Order: sequence, then structure tokens, then C-alpha cells
Amino acid sequence: MKAPLSWIKEYVDVPADVTTEELTRRLTLTGLKLEGIDSPGAQITGPLVIGRVLTLEPEPQKNGKTINWCTVDVGDANGTGEPQGIVCGAHNFEVGDLVVVVLPGGVLPGGFEISARKTYGHVSAGMICSARELGLGEDHDGIIVLPADAGVPGEDVRAVLGLDEEIIEFEINPDRAYALSLRGIAREVLVSVEGASGFRDPALRDTPPADDAGYPVVLEDQAGCPVFVARTVSGVDPSATTPDFIVQRITAAGMRPISLAVDVTNYVMLETGRPIHGYDLDKLQGAIVVRRAREGERLTTLDGAERVLDAEDLVVTDDSGIIGLGGVMGGETTEMSETTSRILVESAHWDPVAMFRTGKRHKITSEAGKRNERGVDPTICAAAADRVVELLTTYGGATADPGVTEVGTAPAPAPIEVAADRAARVAGIDIPEDRVVATLEAVGCTVSGVGTGTLEVLPPPWRPDLTDPQDTTEEVIRLVGYDTIPAVLPTAPAGRGLTRDQQLRRRVGRTAAAAGYVEVVTFPFVGESDLDALGLPGDDPRRTTLRLSNPLSSEAPSMTTTLLPGLLRAAARNVGHGTDSVALFEIATVTIPGSGEPAPILPVDRRPTEEEFAAVTGALPDQPLRLAVVATGEAEATGWWGTGRGVAWSDAIDVVQRVADALGLRLMTSAVAQAPWHPGRCAALELDGQVVGHAGELHPRVCDAFGLPPRSVAAEIDLDALLGAAVHLRPAPSFSGYPVAKEDVALVVTSDVPAAAVEQALREGAGDLLESVRLFDVYTGDQVAAGHKSLAYALRFRAPDRTLVEGEAAQARDAAVARAAEVTGAAQR
Amino acid sequence: MSGPNTDYDPVEVTPLQAAEVERMRDEAIAAIEAAADLEQFKQARLDHAGDRSPLALANREIGALPPQARKEAGRRVGQARGAVNKALAARQAVLEVEHEERMLATETVDVTLPVDRRRTGSRHPITLQSELIADIFVAMGWEIAEGPVVEAEWLNFDALNLGPDHPARTMQDTFWTEPAENHVVLRTQTSPVQARAMLTRRPPIYVACPGRVFRTDEYDATHSPMFHQVEGLVVDEGITMAHLKGSLDHLAARLFGDGIDTRFRPSYFPFTEPSAEVDVRCFVCRGEDSDACRTCKGEGWIEWGGCGVVNPRVLIACGVDPEVYSGFAFGMGIDRSFMFRHSLGDLRPLFEGDARFSSAFGTEI
Ligand SMILES: [Zn+2]
Repeated sequence: MKAPLSWIKEYVDVPADVTTEELTRRLTLTGLKLEGIDSPGAQITGPLVIGRVLTLEPEPQKNGKTINWCTVDVGDANGTGEPQGIVCGAHNFEVGDLVVVVLPGGVLPGGFEISARKTYGHVSAGMICSARELGLGEDHDGIIVLPADAGVPGEDVRAVLGLDEEIIEFEINPDRAYALSLRGIAREVLVSVEGASGFRDPALRDTPPADDAGYPVVLEDQAGCPVFVARTVSGVDPSATTPDFIVQRITAAGMRPISLAVDVTNYVMLETGRPIHGYDLDKLQGAIVVRRAREGERLTTLDGAERVLDAEDLVVTDDSGIIGLGGVMGGETTEMSETTSRILVESAHWDPVAMFRTGKRHKITSEAGKRNERGVDPTICAAAADRVVELLTTYGGATADPGVTEVGTAPAPAPIEVAADRAARVAGIDIPEDRVVATLEAVGCTVSGVGTGTLEVLPPPWRPDLTDPQDTTEEVIRLVGYDTIPAVLPTAPAGRGLTRDQQLRRRVGRTAAAAGYVEVVTFPFVGESDLDALGLPGDDPRRTTLRLSNPLSSEAPSMTTTLLPGLLRAAARNVGHGTDSVALFEIATVTIPGSGEPAPILPVDRRPTEEEFAAVTGALPDQPLRLAVVATGEAEATGWWGTGRGVAWSDAIDVVQRVADALGLRLMTSAVAQAPWHPGRCAALELDGQVVGHAGELHPRVCDAFGLPPRSVAAEIDLDALLGAAVHLRPAPSFSGYPVAKEDVALVVTSDVPAAAVEQALREGAGDLLESVRLFDVYTGDQVAAGHKSLAYALRFRAPDRTLVEGEAAQARDAAVARAAEVTGAAQR
Repeated sequence: MSGPNTDYDPVEVTPLQAAEVERMRDEAIAAIEAAADLEQFKQARLDHAGDRSPLALANREIGALPPQARKEAGRRVGQARGAVNKALAARQAVLEVEHEERMLATETVDVTLPVDRRRTGSRHPITLQSELIADIFVAMGWEIAEGPVVEAEWLNFDALNLGPDHPARTMQDTFWTEPAENHVVLRTQTSPVQARAMLTRRPPIYVACPGRVFRTDEYDATHSPMFHQVEGLVVDEGITMAHLKGSLDHLAARLFGDGIDTRFRPSYFPFTEPSAEVDVRCFVCRGEDSDACRTCKGEGWIEWGGCGVVNPRVLIACGVDPEVYSGFAFGMGIDRSFMFRHSLGDLRPLFEGDARFSSAFGTEI
């Protein structure tokens, strides 16, 4: 809400020593936040003065134009007192007129610098200004001719033109609808600024009494439209223009001047907060009836849009049908035009909820709607209509028709019972009861019950936001001042610290970082093209996503079921930036659509039952926490030390195993073909027999689709499963102090036998003496048969309580080899 | 077998004559000291202290002397050999040090060579900032509560006094999921976690809720469809706005430095009443001579978040008796806090996944 300071001061007196800065600071501290202060003359610098035209010689030019060579008295403003010679192209003035002169050195809006310059054979030392050149409007018919009593030549002209006006922009909270008017802002100044006084309510005026002679209006829906005031005027002069002060004020408030009739209704809305609608009376047919629309009825609104109405919409009708969407937007058929001479002024009160719903349903946001849906003073309909009539008769040559229509009754505010000490208890400061009462009365409330411990507070009609004890409490505390509240640290009971999951998540993040991976945060939105790029088959469960009704991008309309698309894109961006070696990780939830049951909207006047609450939470999709990694380029850099090592499928498994290890877990791996991985280079990661993730080299086509270098690797794992299984208390290890016996074996198996199976068989066969098995070489080549590989294992044997006897380790080794032979067909080399 | 030759004159056994022993000793010491390196030293030791060295050979002769002469001869040879051994040890120590010094000198490397063979990982600054904030609350005895980002409409709005016709609902541009009649949204705030906390815990409740939230904002330098918030909730007996101010001042001081406090301005949030916008004192200029300060743009204060006293309507919907308990709640942007704490003017780097960005903050902030 933008309000010119002079307009505010029309309704309230502010002590002269209160600067605009102090005024806005006080208002900010009580809840009207200053957004900014602007001035129409803010872009004009340098000498801008009143000048009197002394001589004027028209000089026709070769190009057909006639310019005026003028001398202008600018007093001492030019430093010499001599007349100023100025060339002017306008013709709407004569010798003796007072005009606006910008002298050399001045700067006009748009950075237009004025200097003495040679033109049309003269030295033109300055410029006689038009309204447009000063940023005061679009009128370019000529220069500004000031009234004869505007001042004396040489005087600064800014005040005369209103260029020094300060326009204050406030941020208005939704509960303070009354402050969307000068009336409300002036009232806030009164209660917020020390020394402010003399509030003059622009809505307090004597209005002619209602009678039966007015235009007929029937309210069929009193709940939707409790009050409807109609006044009519005749003989509006279609050529009448809007007076300057109204143009300037509504322009300052951010509204566009249109015509006298429209500008006047907007002006009164800004003044009182009450939206007004004007109808071309000659286009109305029969009585006005306000009712709810019937499903499917249509209306073309002022903006030219044809709207299909809902049974909840409030409509204004006449014999011709629907002529307006009540309180939201008028219809095309009864719109005022430049030939309108008779006007019906509608000043009606509308149900805020209906206004909100209709505005939302039809996607109409308007200044009127904004006020109607937040709550307007229902008692000032007649006053506002009368003010419009006054302005139309004063400036539009109109005559007020005798009839006054006033139908319905304004809803009355309900009294609020509130403990007298509630504000003090809530704020944590001492607020005496008389201060509470005085503050509430200052904002317009009527207070009774003083001294009984419970106050009965009747809010004023312009404060429909005051309905609960907490509302009056806020009024008291904000005006006593939030700055009076001390800082007291509350004492929490001894807490339990971070939960185990929270601690473990940090551990996972640190482990991934320690493994050389950089954490990123990406958006969880995904689209078909992403899932296609991953190469997911048509029936892949990851293609079943939760869709958004209003996604930001139609390319990514769903919540993702896998972290990989965002992570792979991020990796590709890094590569694109010239970072050749990239290793990223992300820890975030994904969304797995659930039952599809709706989450019920529960009542709010009581706690939901356990069943109700379970129905709400149970309807939500699964949102498991995942860890995903991607790496490309070198795992170890090439340098003076030699050639580095490119990332390999094994790195993706390694980082996940490190994370599992940090949680006290070991994942079993097995080969699996799973998109988006290379079908021969993907491991399923198992925990207690359950697959909890996958890791390996990405499919070449996936690398290609995401713009990643070939051989990039990735993994994704269900962190919830890992965190849930994490070992809590690890027992201390014990070590045997007896000597170790080492045995190496090389086993030849067919290429398709997994190393994990061989190791498993060795462990089974070796018995209790086996301390560890380590695969230290994998060989394929001339020394083994085609289609075979040789796996070399280092076995370590040790007993906890004795030294092994000669041959004991060899015997255990043989048993291990025998078992491997039996299970995997291994032959010792 | 013959007995000892008692008439034998030791003087007549030349190698055992005193002068001869001295000469052998001196020669040995001279040779040892002349050894220039360990190689020469080994030779000198062999020549003068080995089994076939003159002193060793002389020593063997002692047995041939008459008993009365053996003692004198033995002492003489023994002293000489002792002196030689001492010289050996001394020379060896010197040569070994010299040798080691030479060896180490040849092994000198250029320690200014780059050593970054392995990748360096890091964590995301928003994760770190969230953990830092969580730790501040945990230190106060609070707990960290969490909830899902895909949330029930009732918990995100209705339970928080944002009924279906509340104008404030349009202030928050909500992502809705399909089908709309399922009433499931992407949470627009972390407040539903507060509702969950009240519905699942009994007072006293002291929780902070950091997390991701979503709004249908176009992505630009100051807006993002996804960002991070931390909210706090306290529900206990006798809780006042003074406690709210105390908690926020404490958070501000821990996050931005001692002496940094907050300022409240009246505002409106359905969840709380009274409500306030909270500004934090600029930690760069501290509100003094702010005019040139780029962090607060001359204001001396930085807009930080919103707060207030929990609206009794919310307490009722969440099963807390407003006659017994009162509470306060607050919320602020983690990304925003991070941005002004670390002088970041554009929030997009937080979500672009550029490793260079996260790497700049390492593993702790
Ligand atoms: Zn500052």
C-alpha cells in the first residue's frame, strides 16, 4: 500500500518535529512495515523554478515548425537576475504566464541533463517544462502553465507541483485489512506516533437517510451480501476530467487514472478502504438482485474474459441477467464508458470467504478483491457511496438523484472475553490493566468489565480481524512495544541429544567425504526423459512416481524415486565446467507412491484421535532416505609420481562398503543386470539377504545420455536400511598372541564363478583356525585355460590358545581347497 | 708335557716388549684414525684388531711366557688392545654419522612438489549449517525433530490455523500432488513437524526442526523452489515472549558472534499470535556506522525470520491444553542465514551441485 504523506496528514496531525523517518520507524515497530519512501521528484535535481514569460517571438522554421524564442524572468535563480533566453516548441502559453523552468545544470527524469545550447539560431539556456518531462503524467499537449498565484519568479517550484511529496510504501499484513486505506493508516499513525492527534475520520459524514425512492435492490443472499447501498447521479459531464489531486494521489498509490467516474471510485476506496462499483445506469434493466450463481451460468467480466460461474459465486443481476461478479469484478454489459452520463454507485459489503473463493476460483486479483476478501468495515457503505456522489457532483457536473437505497444490515462484531492480565502473561512483562484498557480503546475497542479480572472487549467495525483473546493480546503488546520485552532464556529439561539416526547420518556424510566424495544438494523433481535417460525398462518400479499438479517444469513433473538423475546431471555440469575428475554424493529422501488413499482433512477444534492421525500419516507416500554417489575421471590423480588411476566400477562399491563399515556392517555383493548400470558391471548390495542398493559402472548409453564421460560409476543405496541395522555396541576384539601360519593358494575356476563364492567356500572348508582370507591376485592369460581365471588367495591360520603344530595349517588349507573344488569346481594350480 | 719355563726372559720375546706393544698400538690407532670411510675403516679394523693383527698375534705369545712374566705382558697387551678398541668405536661412530649424512643428502627430495594424489571430499555447506544450528539447540537441551517433505495438507495448513479459506494460504505458493483430492502437498514450511511434535510428544516440548521445504517460486538469485528452514517450538507452562526473545538472542549470538541480538517487529502468521518478524543485528557493522555496510545495506539489521506465541487454536488442534500450556515458535531460512553469514549474494550455487562450491567449505563451518 502506497500512501502520500500529505494525504495521511489530511486525517491526522503529526507534531512538526516528527520526521518522515521517525514516523515510518514508529509505524514499522507497531506493524506497518516500511517498504520504501519514494517521491515523484526524486529523479529531478538542480534548479527547477517558477518563471514569468516576458517576451515571446514565434519564429517559423524551414521544416514547417514554429518555435518560440522567449525571454523568461527567473528572478535571481540564474545568478544574474537578467531574463533567461529559452527556445520553446509549445504554443499553449503567452506573455505574462507563469511557467516551470529548469535551468542549466538541472537533471530531469531519465538522466536528461540540461545545459545552455545553441539551437534554431539562439542560445537556449534552459527549458520550459511539460508535465511529461517532469514525470508528472502522460499529458504532452504543451508546457505547464501555473496559476497566477503560484508564486514569484525564481522560487523553487517543487512544492507547487507536488514533486516534493513523499510517498510511503507499507507492507500490510493480511490481518490488517483496515490499513489498506488512508483512513486505517492515519488511525495507525494516531496510536503509534507519540504526539499524533486530531484524527479526522474520512468515513464519518452525514449521509442522507435511506428511502424508498432509490434504485430497487433485492438481496436474496443476506449471508453473502449483508448490506447494499445504491446511489444514483445524473448529468455527468462526459468531458469532465479528473482533478489533479485525485490523479496524483491514485497514481502515487499505484493505480492508473482512467476516467473521472472510475478514478473517483478508486479514490474513495483508497480513502476509506471500501471498494465501490459504478454501473452505467442507462444500461441497467430493472431491479438489482444479488444472489448466488447457478452452476454453469456465464458472465463476461470487465476484462473481457468469459467466465463459467460456480454455484458459490455471488452475482449481481438485473432483468437482463448477470451483470457482475459481486465484490470481485463488474460485467461488460453495464460498464461505464466515455458517454456515460447517469451512474449507479454500488457500495456493498460482501462475505470475505465468498470473495476469497471466487477470486481464487476465477484467478482474479484486484484492489477491490484484496480488500473485500480480507474484511472491510461494513458500517461505512453509505458514507463511501455518499463521498463518491459528492466527488461526482463537485468535479463531474453531476446532480445527485434524490433516492437513497440501503438494503440489509451490517454484521455486528462479537465481544471478546479476555483475562485482563493475559497480555502481561503472554509478553512476560508487567502491563497494568489501565494500560491494557487504554490501548484497546485507542484502537477503537469498547472495553467493559474493568477490575473484574476479565475484560469484555467489543472490537470496532473496521477491525473484523479481532475475534479471539489472542487478537486483543497482540494489539496490546504491539502497541506497548515489542522492544520492551526482555530476553529470558527458558530452561529446557535435560534433552536426549541427537537421535541415533541423526548421529549416524552425520557419520555417513563424513565417511563419504573422507572417501573423497563431495556432497551436493539437488532438486527432487524428475520427468520421463530422465527415467528414459537412465534406461529404465517400462515396468521398472522407479517409473511409478508421485506427480505434482503444478510442477514448475513440465519436463520434471514428478517427485523422484531415485537420486541418480539429479546427481548424474550435477556430475555432468561439473565436467562441463572443466572439472575432469568428479566424485559427488547426495543424501536425501526419495518418494515412493503409496496406497493412494487420501489424507483426510481433520477437524481443528480438538485433537485428532490416534486412528484419525494414523489415517493422515498413513496416506503419505514412503520417503526412504538414500545415499547416492557418482564418480568420473581419475580416482587417483596423475602427477609427478606417475600415472593415476581412473575410476572403476569397484570404486562405487568401495565407497558404499566404507559407509557400511562405518556403521559396523558388511554388504554382500552379487552380480546383477540393473539399469542404469553396465549389465556386466553392476553389483547388487545385500544386507542380511535383502538387496539394499546397487553399485558399479554406468551403462555406456546412460553416460552418453547424461553427457558423462564413458566408464563413469555410480551407486545408490537405501540408508534407512543401513541405519536401522547399524551395530550399536561393538564388542572389544581379542587377539591371539600365538604365531600366525600363512598359506597361499591359487585356484583356477571358470570365468563365470564369482570370487565371492570361492572365498565363501574357502572359509567354510578352512575351519575355525582360519583367521583371514585375502584375494591378492586375479589372473587370466596363457597360464590358465581359456574361459578360466586363476584366483590367488593368502590364507592366515592361527589358534587362540596355542601354537599350531607342524602340518596343521597345511591340512586346514587342503580342506579349504577341497571345499572350493566341491562348490565351485576350483582346481589348485 | 712340560711345565712352565720359569727361566724364560720375557724381554727376549720381542713382540711383547713394551716398546713393541706401544708401537703396534700407535700404528693401529693411526691407521684407524686415517680411515676415511667405512670401507677403509673395515680394513683398518681387520688389520689392527682382527685375529691376525699384530696385537692379536702378540697376545697369543703371552701363554709362552713364564708365569711371573705373563701378568705384566698381559696387562700391557690388554691395555694396548683396549686403546685400539676405543679408537675403533670412536672412529666408527664418526664415520657412521658421516656416512648417514652423505646418504641422507643424496636422498633429498623437492618437498615443494604437489602431493594431492587423492581426491578431497567435502560436505554440503547447508548440511553443515543445519548441523551447526542443531548443535546449538542440542546444547540448550532441545531435541531435533523431523518429518516428511511430502506432507498431509491438514498438517501443513489446517492444523496450523491455516484453514482452506485463509487468505494467507495464497501467500505460500504450494506444490500440490496428484490427485488433489488426496490432500497431499510438498510441505511449504517445516511447521508440520511442529504439529507432529505436539501430536506425538507430551509437554514440556523443546524441539528444533531443520529441513527442506518447497514453494512454487521460479528459480532465481533469491528464490528457489526448494530451500531449507529451521523452526523451533517450545511448549511448556508459563512460556512467554521473553523466552522467545531469549532463545533467539542466544541462537543469534552462537551463530553470528557474541553480542549479536535480535529485534522484533509486529507481523502476521496464522500459526502464532502475537507474531513478529525477527531481525538479527548485523554482525559485520553491529549496527554502528552502518551506512557503508554491504551486509545489511545500511540498515544495521538483517531480516532473519518470523516468530511468535503459538496460537491457542493450534494448541487445541494438536491436543495441547491452552489453559495449562503456552508456547512459542519461530522459523528462519537456513540458506538465507548461510548466505549472509558467508557473504553469498546468489543462492543458486547451493543447488547447482558444483563441487568447487561445496569443496570451499570442507567438512565443517
Ligand atoms: Zn551491517
